[in-house]
Amino acid sequence: MSRSLLSLMLALVVCVGISFFGENFIASNFAYYYDILISIGVNIILATSLNLVNGYTGQFSLGHAGFMAIGAYASASWSNHLDPVIFGMLGGSESPVATNAAMFISTLFAGVLAAIAGFAVGVPSLRLKGDYLAIVTLGFGEIIRVAILNTDFLGASRGLSVAGTYTNLFWTYGSVVLCIYVVLSLVHSTYGRGFLTVRDDEVAAEAMGINTTKYKVVAFVVASFFAGVAGALYAHFKAFVTPEGFNFFRSVDVVVIVILGGMGSTIGVVLAAVLLTILPEVLRALAHTQFVPAAYQGLLENRLILYSLLLIILMLTRPQGLFGDGTAFKKWSRRSRVD
Amino acid sequence: MYVVAMANRMRMPALLGVLALLSFAAQSARAQIKIGAVTCLTGALSTFGVSSVQGAKLAVEEINAAGGTLGQPIQLIVEDNGSKAGETATIARKFISQDKVVAILGDLTSSATMEGAPLAQAAKIPLLTPSATNVAITKIGNYIFRSCFIDPFTGKIMAKFALDQLKAKQAIVMTDVKQDYSVGLTDAIRQYFTQNGAGISNALSYSSGDTDFRTQLTGVRMAHPDVVFLPGYYTEAALILLQAKQLGIKCPFVGGEGWDSPALVQVAGKAADGNYYTDHFSAADPDPRVQRFVQTYRAKYAALPDALAALWYDGARLLSQAVQRAGSTEAAKIRDALAETRDFEGVTGRISIDENRNAAKSGVILKIENGEPKMVQEVTP
Amino acid sequence: MDKLIEMLQQLVNGVSLGSIYALIALGYTMVYGVLRFINFAHGDIYMLGAYAGYLLAPLFAHTFKFGDFDTFTPENTLFILSGAGLVMILSMAICATIGVLIERIAYRPLRERPRLNVLITAIGVSLFLQNMTQYRLGANPRAFPQLIPVHVVEGLGNLTILTSQLAIILATIVLLIILRFVVMRTKIGLAMRALSLNPTACSIMGVNNDVVISFTFALGSALAAAAGILVSMDSPSINPLMGNLPGIKAFVAAVLGGIGNIPGAALGGLIIGILETLVVASGFPQWRDGIAFAVLIVILLFKPTGILGRVEREKV
Repeated sequence: MSRSLLSLMLALVVCVGISFFGENFIASNFAYYYDILISIGVNIILATSLNLVNGYTGQFSLGHAGFMAIGAYASASWSNHLDPVIFGMLGGSESPVATNAAMFISTLFAGVLAAIAGFAVGVPSLRLKGDYLAIVTLGFGEIIRVAILNTDFLGASRGLSVAGTYTNLFWTYGSVVLCIYVVLSLVHSTYGRGFLTVRDDEVAAEAMGINTTKYKVVAFVVASFFAGVAGALYAHFKAFVTPEGFNFFRSVDVVVIVILGGMGSTIGVVLAAVLLTILPEVLRALAHTQFVPAAYQGLLENRLILYSLLLIILMLTRPQGLFGDGTAFKKWSRRSRVD
Repeated sequence: MYVVAMANRMRMPALLGVLALLSFAAQSARAQIKIGAVTCLTGALSTFGVSSVQGAKLAVEEINAAGGTLGQPIQLIVEDNGSKAGETATIARKFISQDKVVAILGDLTSSATMEGAPLAQAAKIPLLTPSATNVAITKIGNYIFRSCFIDPFTGKIMAKFALDQLKAKQAIVMTDVKQDYSVGLTDAIRQYFTQNGAGISNALSYSSGDTDFRTQLTGVRMAHPDVVFLPGYYTEAALILLQAKQLGIKCPFVGGEGWDSPALVQVAGKAADGNYYTDHFSAADPDPRVQRFVQTYRAKYAALPDALAALWYDGARLLSQAVQRAGSTEAAKIRDALAETRDFEGVTGRISIDENRNAAKSGVILKIENGEPKMVQEVTP
Repeated sequence: MDKLIEMLQQLVNGVSLGSIYALIALGYTMVYGVLRFINFAHGDIYMLGAYAGYLLAPLFAHTFKFGDFDTFTPENTLFILSGAGLVMILSMAICATIGVLIERIAYRPLRERPRLNVLITAIGVSLFLQNMTQYRLGANPRAFPQLIPVHVVEGLGNLTILTSQLAIILATIVLLIILRFVVMRTKIGLAMRALSLNPTACSIMGVNNDVVISFTFALGSALAAAAGILVSMDSPSINPLMGNLPGIKAFVAAVLGGIGNIPGAALGGLIIGILETLVVASGFPQWRDGIAFAVLIVILLFKPTGILGRVEREKV
């Protein structure tokens, strides 16, 4: 068994252990920190998967929240309608086997559905380059959100309550570990070489006979799968989802994390996810202390103003983010325009 | 070198961690009754949130000035959900596990309350929402209460008013299909209206964010209804009223409390005159209690209170009165006291909590005349 | 006859809406022409134009008696139009300055850097403008002051065209004529066209690229500001997020007409405006925003260069 696979198994065992021994204690006594921990996990999955597309493959996608929405709503509908069946088969709603099986199946369903959507969106869009791809993915993200808003079965504007809050530390961090494992394995395989070539010089890659569309689509589909998984975890944690929660600003949140972490650096992106999930809570706590004069408190609480300034300053001063190496940007260098 | 680099990189997270711990320490306990209030202070819904907090804070100040509740001052811990999904759940957890509040006041919107209510129910902490109108909220559990009326009631009084006072037989409904509130009201209106012998001749739709309603209004003009129901928010209602007047539509429009905002008359101008809407509260209500509230609010905030400020003012007072009646800060006793609220005298009417934990209270019907809403009628359930 | 009237009605609605999109699309297309970059923040300049008008109008309300007139009469028409025109021109000037400032501060330092940087910066600028306006001026809609009397134009029988719609269409025609004059008949216009073909050759020929680029931004922003004022005369409710959707739709219009092509942008704007009106008129108002995205996807899949665009060869 390869070393990386062993690390994966070990990490999963650790997750089970923490969950088994510490879960209830943390969840009941430190519910607030528990919430933050789970949110960190969800953001790590979102950012790592988006990094695969934006960072490693150099395709700028602005619609990640749309796939998260598909995953959230798919798993929510699944749980709401099909859990009684699973419980019936596996021993009732109290049995841990039943709840975990329900979570596993609904998360898997969410991921697969989101991956299918990723394929459907990716194949036509990934022919486009740069700015156009960004706008089209933004468009698809919005279309998905508006479609959900107009679907009564999914709760439309009322939102959808989710039957079971199955998300726990094991599922969240287990998925985190799995996502990182898959992304890193892909990157260090021939697929990774393909991604990087597409990022660095697509024309040369095509000239060498590499099927760039295949690599782009693979990256997109894998990323969408994990976005769907993240959506499922989110839905089963917050127990209530609305289409507004998956709008363009949510996609921007994830993009900011990826850029801050450094496009193309998984460790950077993970750290940035942790940082940017904790930041609003720290700002919230700061707002309650006397450190900040009241005039500026509103600015502190206005997360989007801070994020937008962060984006601009990052791009002007340190575009490679915290840990990136900037190669993702080189692809977009200007070619001399010749007539 | 690597270690130094890593240590350098750790500086910022470490600093943030220290600050977080400091703030945790700063909230050390004193003998106070802690109530957590969650609303949307920033973001797209910030004006509503600011009103609501101002109302709640005014109430808490008055109570504390009069000696507090159970002899102790109330500490209102206000948190902002940023008008974003998912935040209210985090804040509810914070209130429950970290701040250890005795009750939660909030949220402002139905979708945000739907996030927080299951958590409050599971932790058996009473939650009172003064302004979320979706029926499903109080069905979540017996610790969830509401001190405003629900959409079916609003829809009913709109329809009843049109039938009885405006003598309408044929109506058109314009629904904002993107807003749960509007859809809910439309169903209630349609039900009552048709059950009592009148007819909805056409159901038109629009979306929040639209600015041009002329296509739909051309349909209204050609149908000549007796009345048009417009159960949406003031942002679109103002433009609809304006464009209706420009197109020469003469029949009155009837709306719900979503119309409540000074911006309605500002944008619609003279086109707003002659239309009606239901509301929880009117600053023009001559009732002395209401006027006293309006004076104190205006003195403190230099503005007239709107319905949200009034609702949250009542909500905070109702909660504190329940704690007083319960005689203790035990969650179960507060819950029971809340459920037993009868004839609480609020500025938004006399409030009793019914068996579904919703508020049975009166509403008002307002008519806009010369740019000012004037009270036409008080409506009791 | 009724059907004909109704069709004409919807056509006018569509052209009026399309004119707004055209004005905004021109900004996108001109900036793309000289810089090969989509200015994400352009829709928010439109919003700032409306807010500039909102803040400026009270200063002149007394002189020009805004809101006092109920109808246009032959005597007061010139007076009213000059008042509204003054506010519009001032607002255009303010937004032109803002556009140039944004270019100087956020985009110029990144001109030699890869394009992804500046795209992300543009997103940042857009979010910043929206949220800063929301923070300082409140998120709730404001009532735009009445600059011209809005009423149905007399003498057209059953056809209800509002004076505001007429104003939009006429103002757009005037602005388009001026733009054409500037681009085709002035030296700076010549420089703009040359820059969109080959920037290196341009600077070799002695053109100061920076000045031309700043001028392009100024021009595009001024047009967007004009659109903001015109649309607010028609629908007098402004809010900080009002630039989002029209910005995206105008971008689609620019792509539809052929990005980089000025007449294309105007054509694209008109088409999108008319299409949107048709969708609503056929009874599907909830899809009015979706139609622009649908057009975008179709165009990018089948003819990415747009209706009037040129295919650009990428040499490696």
